[in-house]
Amino acid sequence: MSAAPTQARVETSLEGDRLVAVLGGVWRITDPLPAWAAVIGDRRPRAVAVRLGELGRWDSSLVRYVHEIERWCRDAGAVCDVSALPATVRDLAALLAQARETRVPFDHSHNLLAVVGVAATGLGRQTRDFSDFIGQCTLSALGLLRRPGRFRWRDCFTEMQQCGAMALPIVSLISLLVGLIMAYQAAVQLRQFGADIFVADLVGLAVVREMGPMMAAVVLAGRTGAAFAAQIGNMKTGEEIDALETLGIAPVEFLVLPRLVALTVMMPLLALYANCLGVLGGMFVSASVLDIPPSAYWIETQTVIDLSDVSSGLLKSLVFGIIVATAGCLRGLQCERSAAGVGQAATSAVVTGILLIIAADAVFAVLFNVLGI
Amino acid sequence: MNTNTEPLPAAAAAGPDAPVVEVEGLECRFGDTVVLSGVTFAVRERELFFVIGGSGCGKTTLLRHLVGLLKPAQGTVRYYGEDFTNADLGARRALLRTFGVLYQSAALWSSMTLGENIALPLEQYTPLNRRERDEIVTLKLAQVGLAGFEDYFPAELSGGMRKRAGLARALALDPRIVFFDEPSAGLDPVTSRKLDELVLQIRDTLGTTMVIVSHELASIYALADRVIMLDAGAHGIIAEGRPRELAAGSGDERVRDFLTRGGEKA
Repeated sequence: MSAAPTQARVETSLEGDRLVAVLGGVWRITDPLPAWAAVIGDRRPRAVAVRLGELGRWDSSLVRYVHEIERWCRDAGAVCDVSALPATVRDLAALLAQARETRVPFDHSHNLLAVVGVAATGLGRQTRDFSDFIGQCTLSALGLLRRPGRFRWRDCFTEMQQCGAMALPIVSLISLLVGLIMAYQAAVQLRQFGADIFVADLVGLAVVREMGPMMAAVVLAGRTGAAFAAQIGNMKTGEEIDALETLGIAPVEFLVLPRLVALTVMMPLLALYANCLGVLGGMFVSASVLDIPPSAYWIETQTVIDLSDVSSGLLKSLVFGIIVATAGCLRGLQCERSAAGVGQAATSAVVTGILLIIAADAVFAVLFNVLGI
Repeated sequence: MNTNTEPLPAAAAAGPDAPVVEVEGLECRFGDTVVLSGVTFAVRERELFFVIGGSGCGKTTLLRHLVGLLKPAQGTVRYYGEDFTNADLGARRALLRTFGVLYQSAALWSSMTLGENIALPLEQYTPLNRRERDEIVTLKLAQVGLAGFEDYFPAELSGGMRKRAGLARALALDPRIVFFDEPSAGLDPVTSRKLDELVLQIRDTLGTTMVIVSHELASIYALADRVIMLDAGAHGIIAEGRPRELAAGSGDERVRDFLTRGGEKA
């Protein structure tokens, strides 16, 4: 078993039916160590005596090794003699043996029924939290109408710039591409009937009534909703929210309202912008693929879209703005105080936001149909 | 646990007075602001070495330079005579493995249990298998008095327990040196004293060198073999020596003031 003098080594010799194991060399936890199972082989001594020989620097790996020998002896019914070891090693090995016995598993797993039950009650609690939060927002907003001087205009404008102006590039790209895609799809079908010009009707109506507001809302849910949740969540982790509350400042008024107002104002503007670029995308495809001059396309778009189409889209985007801001801020305030909690808050802000956007859109579809708008 | 004083093999291997950390002419600056300059000192094996000084004097900054989180503007840090500041990546990694750091807030990874927190360095750097790793984790937790807490998450522990768990993680690879940033920050006097006892015990059983940043007088008097005192105005070391001797006979009023809480009897 002998190797370079610096390496940990175990030399064994038999004295009658007693095995003498001499531990030597440098025992470092980061180095490979001789395996006890290989050292002992298929020998079954009645007693094992552990001694030290030319031991260099040592650490926990030696303690663990001694513990392993002791355990092997106990399992094999052999007598283990470690009295030749220094007291420090013996004590640490005893501590390890004792700790292994006192270990009480702390079970974080649950059974299936419990998980389902927790999830179900959690859903009820979430609904209550959400309505509670909306109530708080409404009350703060009403309080604000009485005292508009207390509103954090500066924060509101910063957020407007963040969620509005800074989102222009991504909103431009996505709505232009959505317009392009729809025009292509429509062109293939409508061309068969010689109804090329109706591409303008289809793209115009679909973009203005649905896709423009929807795309703007989805982009902002991913971009701004997640940012709100992460920012507020991180503030909560750092006890900044607590500091606000103990100062008597309602976090809803201080943090949520400026963001809510900013997003509610910017969302319809972005939706309007997305409408224009969507129509532009359709116009580009019609001009390049269907040979419809842009002027004809524009006149056709103007005749088919009236104010009620545009305003119904903008009304929806107003609601989407409220949804995205509320979901982001609520998830941020519900955040658990840890790094993982902030990540979960951002994720669930996006998921909640998009889910509610689609649900609200469905409600609007039915409502507009009934009202005949 | 024992606190025997028999000479350990760990200490015998290298001479007891050989410096393990040497800092020479260290200058720390942020932009044009010089925080520390001309800092020179050495820490000996098995020493409980304190870096003390008032708030804002650059104690934590010095510590961050020692462990390589910040790069000094000038000067060098050497471990066991080997240059750490200008070491290449491989040598640097090897040296990083020889010391552990306990941060002010313990900095346990919140998404992992205590067991996983301590096992991570072992997984990264040791050839141990899973069972052997678990045993080392158990031993480390037992050493800091947290036996049985393997499956708890950091958020489920009190501040003092988190500090001790942080110490267990810092000790995971049996480092020769452990750096402490403000061990008693945010702890009550009793918990803080227990942590001090633990530090002493670890030094005595494992022969670990400890470099501790602190301004807690009780800990300084109870533990420190030697201190260096930094001062914000002087941008460097204004005193070095044993705390009691400095308190009684330092020629510098700032040092005496600090160590006697501004004249109060220590």
